[in-house]
Amino acid sequence: MFIDPHAHMISRTTDDYEAMAKAGVVAVIEPAFWIGQARTNVGSYRDYLSHILGFERFRAGQFGVRHYCCIGLNSKEANNEELAEAVMDILPGFATKEGVVAIGEIGYDEQTALEDKYFRLQLDLARDLDLPVMIHTPHRDKKRGASRSMDVILEHKLDPSRVVIDHVNEETIQEVKDRGFWAAFSIYPHSKMTAERMAALVKTYGAERLIADSACDWGVSDPLSVPKTAKLMADSGISAEDVRLVTYANALAVYGKSGQMAEADWLSPEPIDQRTLYQGNTVLRGGQTPRMPQSGSGNE
Amino acid sequence: MTAFPSQTIEAEKAMQLLNAWLAPRLTSDAAAWLASQLAIIASGEKPMQLAIAVGLAPRKVGKTDLDLTTDEAEAGRTVREGLDATGWSVDQAARILLALASHRGDDEQFVVSLDRVLAAAEIGEQIALLRGLPLYPAPQRILHRAAEGVRSAMQPIFEAVAHRNPYPREQFSEAQWNQMVVKALFIESRLCPIQGLDARRNPDLARMLIDYAAERRAAGRAISPELWRCVAPFAGEAEVATLGDILRAGTDAERKGAALALNDCPVPSARAALATAPELAETVQSGRVFWDNIA
Repeated sequence: MFIDPHAHMISRTTDDYEAMAKAGVVAVIEPAFWIGQARTNVGSYRDYLSHILGFERFRAGQFGVRHYCCIGLNSKEANNEELAEAVMDILPGFATKEGVVAIGEIGYDEQTALEDKYFRLQLDLARDLDLPVMIHTPHRDKKRGASRSMDVILEHKLDPSRVVIDHVNEETIQEVKDRGFWAAFSIYPHSKMTAERMAALVKTYGAERLIADSACDWGVSDPLSVPKTAKLMADSGISAEDVRLVTYANALAVYGKSGQMAEADWLSPEPIDQRTLYQGNTVLRGGQTPRMPQSGSGNE
Repeated sequence: MTAFPSQTIEAEKAMQLLNAWLAPRLTSDAAAWLASQLAIIASGEKPMQLAIAVGLAPRKVGKTDLDLTTDEAEAGRTVREGLDATGWSVDQAARILLALASHRGDDEQFVVSLDRVLAAAEIGEQIALLRGLPLYPAPQRILHRAAEGVRSAMQPIFEAVAHRNPYPREQFSEAQWNQMVVKALFIESRLCPIQGLDARRNPDLARMLIDYAAERRAAGRAISPELWRCVAPFAGEAEVATLGDILRAGTDAERKGAALALNDCPVPSARAALATAPELAETVQSGRVFWDNIA
């Protein structure tokens, strides 16, 4: 069993869901993010959040995959002040909804003053609502950006054991571990982090507080990153328990602190879950065929 | 333009009913939380409170099945004809109650408030609030919400409106009704939980279903035996012949559906067709086989 704790499923196909379920992914976490194009008003942001909490969760359930969300204003769109202000007004209402396991993904992109302002406001929101946080560390000027993110989080009195620093690499892992945060690695085919490097990091630093994710989205990315990384780690001599921590149990431990995600959700679900029509995992339930809308009803 | 008198209910009465259902099922903490939220929402002082309370309800009052006693269910039907809380959970009842608390004597303002909360509702919230349709005042004014619900691509949201709910039979136009029934078959949902299914049968729906059945047969795909229930009173010789074929070669459920439809069909040849399966005809005519138990 695997958890992919960072997956933008709204951008992925049903083939991906089928492959993920077949590979043993039992749950995914969908952080709110930039959809590849800037939104111009709060209405489309509201609809996006409703979409990942509604139709996307339903769609995942059809394939026996449990679906959870992180709610937040991403750093890129924090630079549109008018939009950002309006989004901040609607975030509390969304953050308290069922299935929301964290505020995220939030942090810095260009590290502008506006990004800083909305990052801090959302850290306060997470603290007030007692929710874990998923931090996006910038791709450019990553080391300084990651360091600064952690400074600000501690300044806002958040407990690092409830905060995941994502897109970590060899340059940032030491500080993330030393300061008591969770370190998540986005395993990408061409960038961010590879499975081989991930395995090497687990050998060097141990499995404690390390998390693998796919961060699959609208770009070239691999929704099977987590199961593939698990296999590569096992093949390279990492213990079964350590593999389980990095590809399943650690994510469950930190995001489970929200009270919105528990192993029972997929191990002993209701026969038909009235909320999501969750079909039960094909891996766990043995060859159950996913019930997707009939051709013709999908595009009504 | 509906076939049925619309039931209207006062918000106050609906709230009393839900409070009575919830009282024995809430811990003191949950009851205190719910009472405090109802008071804030009723005061109208915090417009955002309804959305927040609706969001928090499951973690505050729990998600166990409502599981009404026979007497409680009966009390519900006394307050609101056709009300069926089968399958409701405690948090769903609480969410409907919270929505009702936002009705402060002004229907228009209630509709605005319901619209606002549904516009940003996640899947579980939508299901709960749509199950509450028969309990809201001003039923004609929330028709757009029910229509949006059956338009959903999410089956449980569609079913929150379509199943065990007196609202559609009372409020939907014939066109809306027909679309709902056809869509139920399309998404492989059941017809028998739809209230008023027999009473609202109409020739146009029968025509659509006959076309749909022909399309499925041409593609070599299965047809839900429930389809014929809405066709039967309007069936012609061609449909009787099709039902006769099903009676000879169908699965157990298909044969039962065909027998029930033939039994309900005014064309004289239907009797003869049904007589070709005397044992099945007998179970249908004695009432041992009926639409709710064929599958």
